[in-house]
Amino acid sequence: MTAIDPTAHLTAEQIEELGRELDAIRDEVIASRGEKDAAYIRKVISAQRKLELASRGVLLFSIFPPAWLIGTAGLSVAKIMDNMEIGHNVLHGQWDWMRDPKIHSTTWEWDHVSPSDQWKHSHNELHHTYTNVIGKDNDLGYGIMRVDEDQKWHPFHLGQPLWNFLNACFFEYGIAAYDLELGKNLNKRRRKNPEFRARAKAVGRKIRKQVLKDYVIHPLLSGPSFFPTLAATFTANLVRNIWSHSVIMCGHFPEGVQVFERRSIKGETRGQWYLRQMMGSANISGSKAMHFMTGNLSHQIEHHLFPDLPSNRYAEVAVKVRALFEKYELEYVTGPLPKQVFSAWRKVVRLSLPNKKPKVKTPDREQELVAA
Amino acid sequence: MVTTPLLPSDYLDLVSPLRAGADLRGRIEAVHPETGDAATIVIRPGRGWRGHTAGQYVRIGVDVDGVRLWRAYSLTSPTHRKDGRVTITVKAIPDGKVSNHLVRRAKPGTLIQLDQPTGDFVLPQAKPAKVLYLTAGSGITPVMGMLRDTEFDDVVMVHCAPQPHDVIFRNELHDLAADKKLQLTEVHTDTDGMLDIARLDELVPDWAERETWACGPAGLLDAAEEHWSEHGVQERLHTERFRPSIVVTGNGGEVTFSATGKTVDADGATPLLDVGEEAGVLMPSGCRMGICIGCITPLKAGAVRDLRTGDITEAEPGVLIQTCVSAAAGPCDIER
Repeated sequence: MTAIDPTAHLTAEQIEELGRELDAIRDEVIASRGEKDAAYIRKVISAQRKLELASRGVLLFSIFPPAWLIGTAGLSVAKIMDNMEIGHNVLHGQWDWMRDPKIHSTTWEWDHVSPSDQWKHSHNELHHTYTNVIGKDNDLGYGIMRVDEDQKWHPFHLGQPLWNFLNACFFEYGIAAYDLELGKNLNKRRRKNPEFRARAKAVGRKIRKQVLKDYVIHPLLSGPSFFPTLAATFTANLVRNIWSHSVIMCGHFPEGVQVFERRSIKGETRGQWYLRQMMGSANISGSKAMHFMTGNLSHQIEHHLFPDLPSNRYAEVAVKVRALFEKYELEYVTGPLPKQVFSAWRKVVRLSLPNKKPKVKTPDREQELVAA
Repeated sequence: MVTTPLLPSDYLDLVSPLRAGADLRGRIEAVHPETGDAATIVIRPGRGWRGHTAGQYVRIGVDVDGVRLWRAYSLTSPTHRKDGRVTITVKAIPDGKVSNHLVRRAKPGTLIQLDQPTGDFVLPQAKPAKVLYLTAGSGITPVMGMLRDTEFDDVVMVHCAPQPHDVIFRNELHDLAADKKLQLTEVHTDTDGMLDIARLDELVPDWAERETWACGPAGLLDAAEEHWSEHGVQERLHTERFRPSIVVTGNGGEVTFSATGKTVDADGATPLLDVGEEAGVLMPSGCRMGICIGCITPLKAGAVRDLRTGDITEAEPGVLIQTCVSAAAGPCDIER
């Protein structure tokens, strides 16, 4: 929580008006969803599959260094596409309207060790509903880091730059543990909970399959290229993990992003919910290719306002959303990837040390609403 | 294991969507206009196609404006076309999303989804001596499949359509009549009025001795069934009804939770998630505000209204709704 509430100048009516304007943007996109959008996601999925096949094909000969380089680069990009522009967005139900059972949030499984259904619960339901609410949204520091002055400091946080680095390298395992709420569930009593055990088993199965594919079967298929292929798949997973970790850090951690107290969301209206999403997210600026490779999470603000709109439409939505930020005199936090990553990392390092708790007075909007 | 989490078929589909073992699909190869609002679609079915019997229909899944919609159409091709293609003949109905798309916008080369053919509106193994086909409008389509497939010695057809140019397959029917393979009576309802079933005595004096296949609007079939029963020959009448599920939309309605067998009344403003929980049905839930899709559930029948946009969603196979932001728009059936 920053010392000054950047939304303090808005009245309750203005916030509700803002909500209606955002609803209108959403309705417009929904009314115009159609064939072109469907063709887009089909094209991306087909391109991803072809790239992955080709890259793994090239890696069969990865004993030759140029083949190793090309195959590793291709596989890294394919894995990033699978997780970001396809997996994340399909699992948000962004493409459910097509009624194609093969591109549907209920059937999609991604190249990731966390099973889709567990991730959907922790991400779509908990993180997106309670975005940046301390104590409710575990994405704030993933339960291992302190990312806001308001969070309690503990000597454990001294090591958080290291935890964050390790988490980046093995991000998919971090996410799987996070979706399992591993920290909370490892105590003696909870460990035996049959529901937890079933979920842990599902993660174990998924990990086994993923590891077998990447580190046993494909290297074996490569014969004499066994070790280079093994190294290539490891590298591709590493690249994908560090990339997605960086993109995701940019979504809510950079300086300028607000966090909220638990009590502030009591009785939250639709307008207030929208406002929280606007103030709790940050974008990445850049080229079309950059937006694509981040799975359009570079439009994190727009994604948080409208998590179920097709990702290919966020760019056009962003123009209108940004105009609303200006109209209501709010800060649209955005910047190029290196700047945002640096900003997020700086925060991680800074908050590894204790600080004085800032004193803030948040405006009591419930009162204003009654008055209105 | 090689392709986890996908299946090898997900990759094979990229190159060979019609191969044996794939989900059944077809490719549209041509669209031939029949009348101003009807067209025949030539489809090359995938390898898994098991073939049909004349008179049967097939369900097809077509992407219209990016949304996959399923409809059933009678097969109009003979059962053993040499090139292995099959045809359906589609009449565009007013506001019909799929029929208008197929008749006016479908392009050769498009992939569609197919089910295996089905339906028991078919000819018997033993050839009947005398046959009557009684059809109206697009009710001619399954019968055309029969006419093209099996020849009989004595066939009469009574077909109703508003005007001569509305008669689907008119040239082919007239050619058959000219070759004495068919005795054809056209009833043009715009000028002659609706067919009064009592007129059959005059149009086809020996109708009661004929094995009859009838297909058309419910009114005609109801009248035919009554007429045949009255004369005690109902076992000679075979009917096929197109059943466009008529969805009654309104504001609120009776909600059935078919898996638990509970039925409750709901108003048009309460989310179905709340309605279900109130009734003691175990409902999946999540954010309760329409963003996390954790509550999606199949809508088996009826219609619901999206409380955010006011949009109506009608039940169709495979349709899932977000129960936290949907309310009953008339009677509906939720699979919970």
